[in-house]
Amino acid sequence: MSAVLNMILQRVFLGLLTLLVVSALVFVSVEFLPGDVAEQILGQSATPETLAALREQLGLNTPPVQRYLAWLGGILQGDFGRSVINQREITAILADRLGNTLFLAAMATLIAVPLAVGLGILAALKRNTWIDRWINIGTLTAISFPEFFVAYGLIYVFSAKLGWLPSISVVGSDTALSDRLVLTLLPALTLTLIVTAHMMRMTRASLINLLALPYVEMARLKGAAQRRVVVVHALPNAVAPIVNVIALNIAYMIAGVVIVEVVFVYPGLGQLLVDSVSKRDVTVVQAACLIFASAFILFNLVADVISILSNPRLLHRSTK
Amino acid sequence: MSQPPLLEIRDLVIEASAGKRTAPGSGKALIDGINLTLKRGEVLGLIGESGAGKSTLGLGAMGFTRDGCRFAGGSVTFDGTELTSARPAVRRGLRSTRIAYVAQSAAASFNPAYKLIRQYAEFPVLAQGRSRREVEADAVTTYRQMKLPNPEEIGFRYPHQVSGGQLQRAMTAMAMACRPDLIIFDEPTTALDVTTQIEVLGAIRDAVRDFGTAALYITHDLAVVSQMADRIMVLRHGKLVEEAATETMLADPQEEYTRSLWAVRAFEAPAKPVPAEDVQPLVSLRKVTASYGRIGPDVLRAVSFDLHAGRTLAVVGESGSGKTTAARCAMGLLPRSGGDVLLDGVSLPPDYRKRSKAQLQQVQIIYQMADTALNPKQKIGDIIARPLKFYTGLRGRKLTARVRELMTAIDLDPDVYYHRRPGELSGGQKQRIGIARALAAEPRVVICDEVTSALDQLVAEGILRLLARLQQELGISYLFITHDIATVRAIADDVVVMQHGQVVEAGPKAQVLDNPQQDYTKSLLASVPEMDAGWLDRVLTERVAAR
Repeated sequence: MSAVLNMILQRVFLGLLTLLVVSALVFVSVEFLPGDVAEQILGQSATPETLAALREQLGLNTPPVQRYLAWLGGILQGDFGRSVINQREITAILADRLGNTLFLAAMATLIAVPLAVGLGILAALKRNTWIDRWINIGTLTAISFPEFFVAYGLIYVFSAKLGWLPSISVVGSDTALSDRLVLTLLPALTLTLIVTAHMMRMTRASLINLLALPYVEMARLKGAAQRRVVVVHALPNAVAPIVNVIALNIAYMIAGVVIVEVVFVYPGLGQLLVDSVSKRDVTVVQAACLIFASAFILFNLVADVISILSNPRLLHRSTK
Repeated sequence: MSQPPLLEIRDLVIEASAGKRTAPGSGKALIDGINLTLKRGEVLGLIGESGAGKSTLGLGAMGFTRDGCRFAGGSVTFDGTELTSARPAVRRGLRSTRIAYVAQSAAASFNPAYKLIRQYAEFPVLAQGRSRREVEADAVTTYRQMKLPNPEEIGFRYPHQVSGGQLQRAMTAMAMACRPDLIIFDEPTTALDVTTQIEVLGAIRDAVRDFGTAALYITHDLAVVSQMADRIMVLRHGKLVEEAATETMLADPQEEYTRSLWAVRAFEAPAKPVPAEDVQPLVSLRKVTASYGRIGPDVLRAVSFDLHAGRTLAVVGESGSGKTTAARCAMGLLPRSGGDVLLDGVSLPPDYRKRSKAQLQQVQIIYQMADTALNPKQKIGDIIARPLKFYTGLRGRKLTARVRELMTAIDLDPDVYYHRRPGELSGGQKQRIGIARALAAEPRVVICDEVTSALDQLVAEGILRLLARLQQELGISYLFITHDIATVRAIADDVVVMQHGQVVEAGPKAQVLDNPQQDYTKSLLASVPEMDAGWLDRVLTERVAAR
């Protein structure tokens, strides 16, 4: 057991290390931008005197390493600093947006994961039949189109033609949950179409491998029905690969939603990132990038831990 | 009036189907018109070489066909129920409770995700509605009956925590869980070492007798089946060759094919003169130690032996004894951590990458699995030409001529096989290609790593004869790694017995095999099944007496 704990702690440590490296990269890349924050705030109205004063005020005269450590220290206490454009606290700006993004990702996950795993199981069981072929063609077609195309396609059908769902998804902190669900449905469906193929293919491939193994034949020879063979005997052994690809896709739904959020005018992190980039609000960009990176690292970490815990060979060391 | 048979198979045809919509009878028949009758409590042995259809018939007796196969005629009647046409639910309902199955590889046939006892209890609970606690108590009794160590505790382990021999017994116990009327044993001891095999055979036979279970016992090993079965059926190409009571079958086989199976063990390579004391050995291992990974335990501990020019040295041992590791150290594939390997009295560098081309050329290897040792994308001619080009520098017409010469030497017609790929060849032919590839370098030593283990007996014998002939013609030496004593008898001049990474006993073949000095060698030799129905009883009694 302690060996497993060791492995998990090692993974956590590596995750934190990666995060540290990413934070340094994010910080450094902004440092390398031409000009500095003070020049950007003042823009056309900059004079050497005002620049010097502002640099003094923002602490830009201290060495980069010191500023990086101060920035990191602030983040650890939940303080991302202030926006260069409107001086608002970034933490406050992020809070709402992150909440919206997570809500969208969660909703898409709840639709996409059961759908993808279910389709994957179905395709594996009916492999090389027309059901399998249609599942593959359908999901692969969905993933082959650019995201904005899928999004506009859905808007065209469900908003413009059928009029069932709104084409823009403006939610606020005071939107009721029921309204929020309706407003978020189209972006969530778009994300679903984009991520389902990966997870479906992985489920299908893992399961087809497993179904050919002697212990699955043994389960059939013991008299297990199809459902039991799949759910009890095959799936538990496919957890590791499936969870890994699910984690990647969830992380993608958080960090990769930029285009979908823009199309639906959904007030999430992705849109914030786009806005901040166009306004050159570097401190907000830094913060958003760091959050996206954290999401990737966190979900992969969780997937690693689940993989370890799902492997009896690791969990129960040999006592031979 | 006699009791109706428990299992009755009539004119059964099972075929590999080309597709779902093709008509029955259009595919290749794997089982072709087999009749079989099994009484309650009777044990019927099914023997034959690979591809004979033994497993297909065994599974067919459960009303089961593998993917791509189907019933195409005849009937399987189990206790009044016709299985080939029964609804799937009816067939499923009989499994575990009335008919159970024991697979060849227990390690692969237990689900790695669950403890043994949970897998034992699955169907007694599900199909018979018994309480889990009751079944688990029952499991301990059955484990004890199968002579498993720690029967109270062993069920609570995961499959990977239990050794192969124990897993095979746990699988038999699982098959017994619902006290079925019939158990299909599909090569249950083939993957085990001989010393382990005895325990498992004994446990299976006692359990079958105690519960009065009928059994189909499938194996390719005549000696094994003669211990287990009341009656024996010989299969070939999906057809029945011969059927008789065990005693009759052993004493007086009627068919030519059956007799040829018996005769395989008769081959013995011609004896060679013993080299003088002062002759320098061709290859010498001197106190070689080795481990996998820098911190791993030593898998070889001070291993020494000599191989003399023109002779065959058999290195014998069970899995994990270090015999293959010793060969890998001689090749330099695994750098030794201590000791020395000498070729003609000259020390070879531990790592093959540090050896000269001439040194590499003199020691070649033939692998156990010809399937994986040959590149499936390359033509036979190219496979053999590659070492020729590398070591001898032959090019063009001379190269082709030499490849053809080598193919003729291994009895494969170059006109037919030169442009074929490994996938189009049989197992025995592939192994011949492996031999030609090793010979292409014109080596002085060839390491044969279990080269006949994956082959049927008749085919294996052909390979042994070929190796013996090539040795006579070319004067090469063989380091012959094997676990099979019959193979040692056939081909070796000298024998080294290994256990736990050490040499237990070494000497000329006659001395080691006929007059062994060490207890381990004796027990290893005694464990080799003999074609005598009383052998198992005798060995088991001797073992008990020895304790």
